Amino acid sequence: MFTRSLAFTAALLVSVAANAAETPNLGTPITEAEAKAWDLSILPNGEGLPPGRGSVQQGELIYEQKCQGCHAEKGAGTPADKLVGGQGTLNGDVPPVKTVGSYWPYATTLFDYIRRAMPLAEPQSLTADEVYALSAYILNLNGIVGARATMDAKSLPKVKMPNRDKFFVVYPGRFP
Amino acid sequence: MSKELDADQVAGNGLLDRRVFLRQGGGIIGAVGAAVGLAGYSRPVEAETLVVPEWTKKPGALFEPYTQPSKYETKVARGPIPPSPYNGIGPGSVRAPLQHLEGMITPNGVHYERSHNGVPDIDPAGHRLLIHGLVKKPLVFTLDALSRYPMTSRISFVECAGNSGGMYAEKPAEGTAQSLHGLVSCAEWTGVPLAMLLEEAGVDPSAKWLVAEGADAAAMSRSVPIEKVMDDALVALYQNGERIRPANGYPMRLLLPGWQGNMNVKWLRRIKLLREPAQTKDETSKYSLLLKEGKVAQFHFPLDAKSVITKPSPGVNMTSPGLYEISGIAWSGNGKITKVEVSADGGKSWAEAALSGPVLSKAITRFRLPWRWSGGPAVLQSRAIDETGYVQPTREKLIGLRGSRSQYHCNLITSWGVAANGEVKHVYA
Repeated sequence: MFTRSLAFTAALLVSVAANAAETPNLGTPITEAEAKAWDLSILPNGEGLPPGRGSVQQGELIYEQKCQGCHAEKGAGTPADKLVGGQGTLNGDVPPVKTVGSYWPYATTLFDYIRRAMPLAEPQSLTADEVYALSAYILNLNGIVGARATMDAKSLPKVKMPNRDKFFVVYPGRFP
Repeated sequence: MSKELDADQVAGNGLLDRRVFLRQGGGIIGAVGAAVGLAGYSRPVEAETLVVPEWTKKPGALFEPYTQPSKYETKVARGPIPPSPYNGIGPGSVRAPLQHLEGMITPNGVHYERSHNGVPDIDPAGHRLLIHGLVKKPLVFTLDALSRYPMTSRISFVECAGNSGGMYAEKPAEGTAQSLHGLVSCAEWTGVPLAMLLEEAGVDPSAKWLVAEGADAAAMSRSVPIEKVMDDALVALYQNGERIRPANGYPMRLLLPGWQGNMNVKWLRRIKLLREPAQTKDETSKYSLLLKEGKVAQFHFPLDAKSVITKPSPGVNMTSPGLYEISGIAWSGNGKITKVEVSADGGKSWAEAALSGPVLSKAITRFRLPWRWSGGPAVLQSRAIDETGYVQPTREKLIGLRGSRSQYHCNLITSWGVAANGEVKHVYA
């Protein structure tokens, strides 16, 4: 009787433990390789950057065809965001001009964002080479890389953005 | 004004004890309360002759499968509709008509919307949610599969971090509660706790963040710390009892109660577990706070306590002197609203408003306070206090701390100036 009761208690415990962890489990397993078709995320260390490369010169041609309509000549902006200039406007009381050159803390964000969202009417239509080239061109317009620069999975994460050190992280603290 | 009424004045310029109206309902009948009555309430000038109206003398319309608001309520609409500089496509936002709503819930048709390249037309049968990255077992979920999971409901506000950004301006912007503060709404959201799905995928202990991404044409994406997800994140499938509206993320959105609206990723299609944030465009170049001397505060996630009076407010003007109920909304991304105070003299004196329950954490809370308007000029303000003790700051205080160029997270106290003719305008006090 004692043994039976103990066994019953043990069985109950196992069943409680099993119940506690039970969830419907209705997701379909997929491999990370298969997930890649949807994976657009690029990390600041370059993780996620695809093979390919593009130069400032190539970027200029693509920019004129696919970006200039909204971002204006040489990234001057309007109606879409201004992409160049603004250095020196983030201090004091003047209206800030926040651009890739004056504000953005990470160069990898360029690749991540252009590939997923640009051009506005045809997102996710650019090749990796084209996105590298546009990143190179916009960085060059801001004087961050030279006119002969080429961007790829190795060089883009190494680009140090001028405003990087002005950023500080609030989380998990509170901000006044 | 009688002596009895004076006894109920609790702050300057005619603010009355919050319990004055309760006494009318027979709840608390006291000598003072009984004496207050509705004396001084503005009544119709003269009785009209009552006629039996036309709609009573003929049969009404039959059943509709999905009803619409009365055709007389067209002012209860989202707006202003922003022009598109990109041939009818592109980003934008449209605001909830706060001054025409009551209670705590925003009807689905007028919930605010911020979208970055339009509202996608998603066939729910073809939509998938992918969970991958630092997990033992990457998984793909269909909507049908998620619909079989145990659900959780919670009433939560969602507020764009850019809401009220115009209040940083040097001069008071002309506008209504809607145009100045309408990028906030509150709904009952129902869905599957994201923690449950992550548990099934088996989160690697090295995962500290995840990046959530939408299926829209901007593939809008934001990084979220894993602690928040384990605390109260939902994959929401329902909004106020029906499937989420397309403008709010159909067929599923991430709900992160109390945190920047932009992080509550709509049309949710992918979650990737990461060691560190992805540093997406919307968490670096946008939704970060530019401070004095060029410093930038990044990853300031909760929306701090805030409130605004919706009645009266610009466009919802005073008519004649007498007794009114001031009504407004308060909310905090850090918990429950514990107190809302109202001033009618530009912040010189304050009276505690009544909170209209239920008072829920990270939800809109309605507040009300009786006011006897003398017919003279007044400046109405409200300030919210939440359960962490945080007090909604004055304009002077907030700008003193941050400067005026932060653009986001603007929760300073709003002032509505009431003129002798009853017109209400946005002012700085």
